[in-house]
Amino acid sequence: MTGAQIVLECLKKEGVEVMFGYPGGQILPFFDKLYDSDIKFILTRHEQAAAHAADGYARATGKVGVCVATSGPGATNLVTGIATAYMDSIPMVAITGQVKSMLIGNDAFQEADVTGITRPITKHNYLVKDVRDLARIIREAFYIASTGRPGPVLIDLPSDVQMADTEFVWPEEINIRSYQPTYFGHPGQIKKAIRLIKQAKRPLIYAGGGVITSGAHLELKELAEKINAPVTWTLMGIGCFPARHALSLGMLGMHGTAYANHSIMESDLILAVGARFDDRVTGRVDKFAPGAKVIHIDIDPSSISKNIPVAIPIVGDAKNILGQILEELKNPPNTSQWLKQVDAYKKKYPLFYKDKSAAIPPQYVIEQIDQATKGEAIITTEVGQNQMWATQWYKYSHPRTFISSGGLGTMGYGFPAAMGAKLAYPDKIVFDIAGDGSIQMNIQELATCVCNKINVKVAILNNGYLGMVRQWQELFYKRRYSQVCITAPDFVKLADSFGALGILVTKKEDVRPAIEKAIKTDNTVFIDFRVEQEENVFPMVPAGEAINKIIGGLA
Amino acid sequence: MKHTIAVMVENKFGVLARVAGLFSARGYNIASLAVSETLDPQISAMTIVVQAEDEKILEQIKKQLNKLIDVITVIDFTKKEHAERELVLVKINYKPANKARIEKLLKKYLGKIIKIGKNTAVIESVGEQEQIKQLLDGLKVFGVKELIRTGKIAIAV
Repeated sequence: MTGAQIVLECLKKEGVEVMFGYPGGQILPFFDKLYDSDIKFILTRHEQAAAHAADGYARATGKVGVCVATSGPGATNLVTGIATAYMDSIPMVAITGQVKSMLIGNDAFQEADVTGITRPITKHNYLVKDVRDLARIIREAFYIASTGRPGPVLIDLPSDVQMADTEFVWPEEINIRSYQPTYFGHPGQIKKAIRLIKQAKRPLIYAGGGVITSGAHLELKELAEKINAPVTWTLMGIGCFPARHALSLGMLGMHGTAYANHSIMESDLILAVGARFDDRVTGRVDKFAPGAKVIHIDIDPSSISKNIPVAIPIVGDAKNILGQILEELKNPPNTSQWLKQVDAYKKKYPLFYKDKSAAIPPQYVIEQIDQATKGEAIITTEVGQNQMWATQWYKYSHPRTFISSGGLGTMGYGFPAAMGAKLAYPDKIVFDIAGDGSIQMNIQELATCVCNKINVKVAILNNGYLGMVRQWQELFYKRRYSQVCITAPDFVKLADSFGALGILVTKKEDVRPAIEKAIKTDNTVFIDFRVEQEENVFPMVPAGEAINKIIGGLA
Repeated sequence: MKHTIAVMVENKFGVLARVAGLFSARGYNIASLAVSETLDPQISAMTIVVQAEDEKILEQIKKQLNKLIDVITVIDFTKKEHAERELVLVKINYKPANKARIEKLLKKYLGKIIKIGKNTAVIESVGEQEQIKQLLDGLKVFGVKELIRTGKIAIAV
């Protein structure tokens, strides 16, 4: 077999159903063999979108997303997508063409040092120098991408290696001596954790993306109900616990609910599960939850005690460890006083927005999408105000239904990610909550959607601004609106020219009918919601403040 | 405070770049770094001297190193019995008239002259860092023109 055939054979054995990418000179041998393959390939209109689509597919399914690009500019265009996946621990394999082995280092046409460029943004990467290593490398790449703390792995494949012939041997077993993730919690640590839980008067569960990665949502719910602890989550953790549950506190942090922030500050025990105490969550670190001891469950030891001192570290897989705790925990603490206090916070500081002016409140649009889809849609987001409102006003009940660039905060992510999610679940409604700024960053994917009948719905909260930057300029830069007033095309005409449906909505009463129409339409739909222009995302904790120093959003 | 750590890595191309890149990306300082093959040609040993302000940073450095796929083990010598050495080459101004004085100093601090040029001599010394420091201090009076050192290497006892 040639190297190119080996790649395709390996992808098939790994169970790859769909990949995303773009051809080019140095990946031609691969694309030639792809011509005979039955693996579905989605030709995007930009390599960045291919990476985001693979990422969206991976987040929706938990499987490894695969993207393919040529050398040089093809590969560098993947970089933002790979970095996005890396920051959010998303399993992905990126395959890039490379110039012929003998030309590497010669500044050949379309040559770039792609393994060098992607080293800090991949979990691991490979430059394949010998076709005999290829099958093993692909097997390792999928294994590394999907195990432990997942992440993207890149394989750089010179064109001569794609053409070289060798016998195909599928490595049945993988053994990487230097890579042995820990999956079960140390029994001694579990016992110590249980002791702390039993002593707690004001316990709180703080859950992150690790709960979703490990599929620990049911154990999480069982534990929360068993110890009667309220649950808050990070942006990456959205969907790990039903938002409509009585113990739910919603998201915490900079734009989290005020009651989540007040609750965590007052807690005496934080059970952190698969979360990493990011600065958007903790606010000012030395003022964070002063009375709380921390039990930290994470599969990545380097996430523990990185930002916050931890009393009981437990390294391992969240699902296993929560299972271990549930099995051994008897006589849970009585937290009824604490839950009363938390409920008082909920009553005192509800999520809130003003609905007075003639313009459409952006939050209202998301509430209506929530109601129209009964909270059962897959929501992707761009980055900025649209993203924060999507965290606040849509009530997620299931893991893998909220897909958003958390760590890197990549504008232009949501639309291609929605394509990936929709391909994974063709029967589900997939909405991208977008802003008029973000959507213009990967708008070319309208062509991909229409061409492949990927019927995603894009709700553009069009306020004529780069809203979140404008908000910061309003609040912290004396309203000096520098380069945030952004023009947009006529989205209706634009959608039409691509063969999609565009709907313009300027009145509040037309919001719901437009959403219903979009859902019913068997096509990709752009809805241009002209929303209140200078609406802010509240509540808000200014950067660097303690997370109970909240501004705005009080009823 | 300086800490010496040994990192056993897969002997593959790009591994040094991964380790060095980790330090620069996360803002850690490397005081010295020495790499070579081990008895097993598939494994390379790195001795890294790191500048870490507190225990927490050192801990994080070790964890991040362990996270690299090609890193097999990380050994922290801070609290571990070990032997350590560094090699230094020093070029000084040299006149035959000074030979006796120089040799007396070299005898005391375990150095030797390995090359004599027209007006210069190259001195080699192997030892612990404190001893090398004292040698260098003693050589100052003759005029040190150039200095190169390997960085520390260490091995557990």
